Amino acid sequence: MPLTKASLVQALFEREILSKAEAARAVDTVFHLLKQTLAGGEDVLISGFGKWVVREKKERRGRNPQTGKDLTINARRVVTFRASGVLRRHINKEKPTLE
Amino acid sequence: MNKSQLIEALAKAENLTIKKAEMVVNTIFDNMTDALIEDERIEIRGFGSFKVKCYNGYQGRNPKTGAVIEVCEKKLPFFKVGKELKERVDKGGQD
Repeated sequence: MPLTKASLVQALFEREILSKAEAARAVDTVFHLLKQTLAGGEDVLISGFGKWVVREKKERRGRNPQTGKDLTINARRVVTFRASGVLRRHINKEKPTLE
Repeated sequence: MNKSQLIEALAKAENLTIKKAEMVVNTIFDNMTDALIEDERIEIRGFGSFKVKCYNGYQGRNPKTGAVIEVCEKKLPFFKVGKELKERVDKGGQD
């Protein structure tokens, strides 16, 4: 079972931080704020977790892998995520090291 | 935006004390971290999903010195941007 917003609401409720209704609103608001910030072109940095960066991609020549036809991939803006060193070490079950 | 700015914005939007908002934000990211440690997926509709990908080890080179080094196998969280966020970020560039 993947972790969802419902799991986060449950965690806030179980830790007696907020009521179920308040927790549901707060979780929605957190992701709303993250989306709003990124949509506005601003990066988000959560220390210990990672950062989301808005990148400008230039127009480039590409190919449709299914038909093999050449096409132009339009210039666009994308979001990328980079995990922090702390998170990467946790996931790899490594001991913390000095950086 | 960093974590303390997110905490402030949440406190303001939901009329919570900074202390409460801080607990909310920390709980959210702690739970997400724990899920990834357990190799569990995270799915936040409209925002994106995370899953842990495994990468094999390989022989690499130190680009500065050219020395051959063994790069160990590793796990890295991969974020796939959700449909809504993807579209909103792209549209933001046209303003």
